[in-house]
Amino acid sequence: MAASTRGTVLKKRRLSLAALRESTTAQGLALIAPTALYLLVFMIVPMILVGILSLMTRGPYGNVVYRLNFDNYTRLIDPLYLRILMYSIGVGAATTLITLVIGYPLAYYIARVPARQRNVLLFLILVPFWTNFIIRIYAWIMILRTEGLLNSFLLNLGLIKVPLDILYTPTAVLIGMVYEFLPFMILPLYTSLEKIENAQLEAAADLGARPLASFLRITFPLSLPGITAGSILTFIPAMGMFVVPDLMGGAKTILIGNLVRNQFLTARDWPFGAASSMLLMFLTLAMTLYYTRKVGFSEDLLV
Amino acid sequence: MSEKKPSAWLRLFSALVYLYIYLPIVLLVIFSFNKQKLNVSWEGFTLSWYQELFRNQQILLAIRNSLTIALVSTIVATIIGTLAALALQRYRFPGYTLTESTLYIPVIIPEVVMGISLLVFFSLIGVRLGLGTITLSHIAFSIPFVALVVRARLHGFDKSIEEAAMDLGANELTTFWRVTLPTILPGVLSGALLALTLSLDDYVITYFTAGPGSTTLPLRIFSMVRFAVTPEVNALSTIWVATVFLVLLIGQMVQNRQR
Repeated sequence: MAASTRGTVLKKRRLSLAALRESTTAQGLALIAPTALYLLVFMIVPMILVGILSLMTRGPYGNVVYRLNFDNYTRLIDPLYLRILMYSIGVGAATTLITLVIGYPLAYYIARVPARQRNVLLFLILVPFWTNFIIRIYAWIMILRTEGLLNSFLLNLGLIKVPLDILYTPTAVLIGMVYEFLPFMILPLYTSLEKIENAQLEAAADLGARPLASFLRITFPLSLPGITAGSILTFIPAMGMFVVPDLMGGAKTILIGNLVRNQFLTARDWPFGAASSMLLMFLTLAMTLYYTRKVGFSEDLLV
Repeated sequence: MSEKKPSAWLRLFSALVYLYIYLPIVLLVIFSFNKQKLNVSWEGFTLSWYQELFRNQQILLAIRNSLTIALVSTIVATIIGTLAALALQRYRFPGYTLTESTLYIPVIIPEVVMGISLLVFFSLIGVRLGLGTITLSHIAFSIPFVALVVRARLHGFDKSIEEAAMDLGANELTTFWRVTLPTILPGVLSGALLALTLSLDDYVITYFTAGPGSTTLPLRIFSMVRFAVTPEVNALSTIWVATVFLVLLIGQMVQNRQR
């Protein structure tokens, strides 16, 4: 008796679960709901608010007056801000190019060594990547400052007579940026290079291609998705970065990230800061779309 | 790839890049044991900076804040993000493409944009900035990373094991706890590890959402190194690098054993 009741209960539960299993749409929605809601409240709504704020007016005391106004965007065409924008793009591009030139041969090398060694080499790339990034900047401050390790080393060797002023210059900013973003370039490059089948290269060699020709016509084109992913992952954060310029560039280096930060926290012109932030966001989205459409982009390179 | 041996030039170049990556870190570690406060030259071995570090109340408070935020945000983001990964990998529902592309936004947009959006949001709704707002923000940027990592690991998941479990009489919940979760656990753990690291590492978004008394470790380090070099930061960095190294090494060893 008891057993048979239990049996019917089980059967009933099975049935209702079967019904639930049938409606996979409801299940899917239930699983995605927390993420969708969370990102709606803490990402989408805040961004919309910034968009609205960028069309408002700054009040006399740094407060926000809710009066429609497009001046915040026209102000961005001012030569002063255009120069900041061009400089940010320049720093982003230089960082991307240097990390690519350094990272590509290294990724190529890692992809060609035996598997055991490869794991060690990848591990060594990951360690600094997982280490705090302010600590990494600090290491370079220690080395580059006027009384720093590089200068005392060169002075002791007698190679220079006066200490070099490297810290708080644009060069220092580039050194810091390249160091920060190198792993972001190497990892996607490695992922795409590692996928290339040896058979393809052998076939090319069998058909008489010299190493250079087979690199240019097989390896390089096949690594383009990695170059795209690496460039996006380097260029965009480099362009919006304000911590490296703050710590290593002194007051002279102002990137668009610094501009946004300053408008919000120092100048207290929130509407203009919001407009600069919108510009930065549109720039990054436009570039991402352009690059991914042009070269193709595979999402597994990101993670 | 592999097979053909890399040339000597390539080998030399790679060695130099590794030197470039590690020399600053090695110097950082060495000089944490240096007697000289200004860190200009080596003067002798000492552990006093480590002692000073653990007596520095501001740093201890920052460590406590950072760990609290990281722990809470990692747990919440891992749960929510894993559910999202399951949803995206296995189900089709209205708004699929929209949610999928929304997940990429925090990966792609500059942090400063997200930071000021959250600052604007919190001040418009009148929430006092502090540990709470930092934690809410960290959860927001961690969810997408967890979802992407877990989803990547779900690609190879064999659904027939679950069906087998249910045929043998296990209900949905039991199947999830005893079959699905153990199988995707490595992915969930690496997602959690990523979320933890992102939270402990974050400067920019924390900077915009922090209030008085909620200084985290990166904020504290930033203000310490802004104008001066101090061996206390070297000591702190050494502990940090060593911890990261150990955690990654253990992770690597676990992964190797599973293979």
